[in-house]
Amino acid sequence: MGQRVYIGGAAGFAGDRTDAAGPLVEALSKADGPRFLMFETLAERTLALSQLERRRDPARGYNPALERFITPILKRCLTANIRIVGNFGAANPKAAALRIQAIAHEQGVRPPRIAVVEGDDLTGVLSVQELAARETGGVLLRTAREIVAANLYLGAQPIAEALDQGADIVVTGRVVDSALALGPLVHAFHWRWDDWDKLAAGTLAGHLLECGAQVTGGYFADPGVKDVPGLAEAGYPLAEIDANGGIVIGKPAGTGGRVDRQTVIEQILYEIHDPAAYLVPDVVLDLSDVTVEETGRDRVRVSGARGHPAPETLKATVCVDAGVLGEAEISYAGPNAVGRARLAAEVVRDRLATRAPDLQFRVDAIGVASIFGNDGGALQRPWGDASDVRLRFSARGAKPEDVRMLLDEVEALYCAGPAGGAGVRRHVTPRLASASCLIERKFARPRVSMIEAPA
Amino acid sequence: MSKVRLRDVVNARAGDKGNRLNLAVVCRDPQSYAAVARALTAEMVAAIFVSRRPAKVVRYDLPKLAAFNFVLDDVLEGGVNSSLGLDGHGKSLSFLLLDAEVEIAATK
Repeated sequence: MGQRVYIGGAAGFAGDRTDAAGPLVEALSKADGPRFLMFETLAERTLALSQLERRRDPARGYNPALERFITPILKRCLTANIRIVGNFGAANPKAAALRIQAIAHEQGVRPPRIAVVEGDDLTGVLSVQELAARETGGVLLRTAREIVAANLYLGAQPIAEALDQGADIVVTGRVVDSALALGPLVHAFHWRWDDWDKLAAGTLAGHLLECGAQVTGGYFADPGVKDVPGLAEAGYPLAEIDANGGIVIGKPAGTGGRVDRQTVIEQILYEIHDPAAYLVPDVVLDLSDVTVEETGRDRVRVSGARGHPAPETLKATVCVDAGVLGEAEISYAGPNAVGRARLAAEVVRDRLATRAPDLQFRVDAIGVASIFGNDGGALQRPWGDASDVRLRFSARGAKPEDVRMLLDEVEALYCAGPAGGAGVRRHVTPRLASASCLIERKFARPRVSMIEAPA
Repeated sequence: MSKVRLRDVVNARAGDKGNRLNLAVVCRDPQSYAAVARALTAEMVAAIFVSRRPAKVVRYDLPKLAAFNFVLDDVLEGGVNSSLGLDGHGKSLSFLLLDAEVEIAATK
C-alpha cells in the first residue's frame, strides 16, 4: 500500500469548536506520513457577511474566529510539519494570512510560508444582469439591483499548487469544501487531474471531513436509540488515505464520539442530491458503489468511489440584501396557558388586521407547534394541554420600520393582553438571500501568492 | 406485515440546498434493506410531508450502503432565504420522517 496521507478535519462551520483541533494535532504529530489539518468555516452566507465586514474595514473580512482556531495549534503544527489548509480567508484571504503571520511573530515561532488562494470573487467580473442570466433554480437575481457577494467555488488545483510551492499554510476564500482535502492529496500523491476515480476518492474523503464531528458522532445522538459515548468531548475526524484512494475514517485516541457504519453513512449522504452525480469543480463523484466496512473500534474503511469527468461549468453563490427579519416572543405558563396564548395571538392579529393590513406575519407556539407545522401561523393544530407556551411572532420587511408595528404589538401584550404574559424578547436581524449560478470556466482565474517575510 | 415506527428501523439525517430538502435514510440493520425499500416509497414520503406540499419527491437507492436518499422539492417555505419559521434549513425534519409508521414485512 505504501505511503499514507493523514488529514484531520478540525472545523465544519464558522461557529465550530475552536478547541477541536488540539487532539487532532496531537494524533497527527505521531502519524508517519504527510499530515494536514483542514478547517472548513465558510457556509453560504458566511462569505457575504465577511464581504460586508471587509467594506467596513479593509483589514478584516476573514473568519472572525481565525485567531481562536489558529492560536492554540500554530506552534505545534509548524514544529511537527503539519500543514494547515483552511477557507477561513472568507472575503479577504490576504488579510487572514497577514493575521496568521502576526500570530506566528507574537508566539516567537519560525515565520511560516503562507499561501493565499484568490480568484473566487466575481464582483467586477460579471454584472448583475450577467449573473442573473446564469441563475439556476430561481429568479432571485432578476429583480436584484446590488450584489453583496458573488463567489465561484474554486477546486483543488490552486491548493495543490500552493502546497507544491512549499506552503506551510494555505488560506483560501470560496473553494468547494472537499477541495480542502483533495488539494493536499493531489499534492502528496501526484494524482493526475484526469484520474477521475482518485479525484473522486479524494473528494469523498473531503466530504467526510468537511463537517467536522458530523462523521464522528456529532449530529447523530438520539438517547436510547442511537447513543454516543462522550459526546461532550467528541473527537473530530482523522482520515488516512492511501495512494489508490482507499480511505479510513477514525478519530484521535482518548476522545469521545463514535465512528462506525451508521455515523459514516449518514455523513456520506449529507446534503447530497443524486448520489451518482455529486458535482465539484474537479470531478463528478459517483457514490453508487461506495461501501463501508468497520475494521476496528472507531475505524471505518470507505471504498468504491468512482469519478467522471469534471463538469463544464462551476457553481457560484450570489448573495443579495434581503431586508430584515423581525421576531418577538412572549410566554404564558400554568393553568390555561394555551387559552391565554391563543387569545394573545388573536389580539395581535385583530389589531394588525386594521392597523397594518399589508404586514404578513407568522405565529408559532413554541413547545406546542413551531417546527414541523407549516400553516403560515394559522395555528390550526390542536394545542393539547401544554402548561408552558412561548409564542413567537415573525415578519420580514425591507427596512426595520416595516416590522416595528408587529414587535410593538407583541410588547404591548405585557399590559394590555391576556393575564400573565411574560418574558418578551424582540429583535430585528438583517437578512441576506442567496442564489446559485452556473458559470463558464473561463471566468475562474485562481491565483496563488506567497506571503513570506514579516510585513 | 406489521406496523413499524420508522425510528425503530432506520436512521435519518436532513440536509438542505435552497428550497430543497434531502433526507438520508440508513437501515440500522442492513438485512432490512429490501423490506424498507418496499415500504418506504417516494409516495409514502410525499404523504408524510403532505403539509409542506412537496412539488416532487425522488428516492435514490444505495443498496451497497443499505441506505436511501430522498430529495423533496419546495418544502422549506422558500428555504433559509425567505422562511419565517425557526428552522429554515429543515434540519429538524428527519424526525418528522422518523415518527411515521410504515407497513413492513418481517425480515426473518
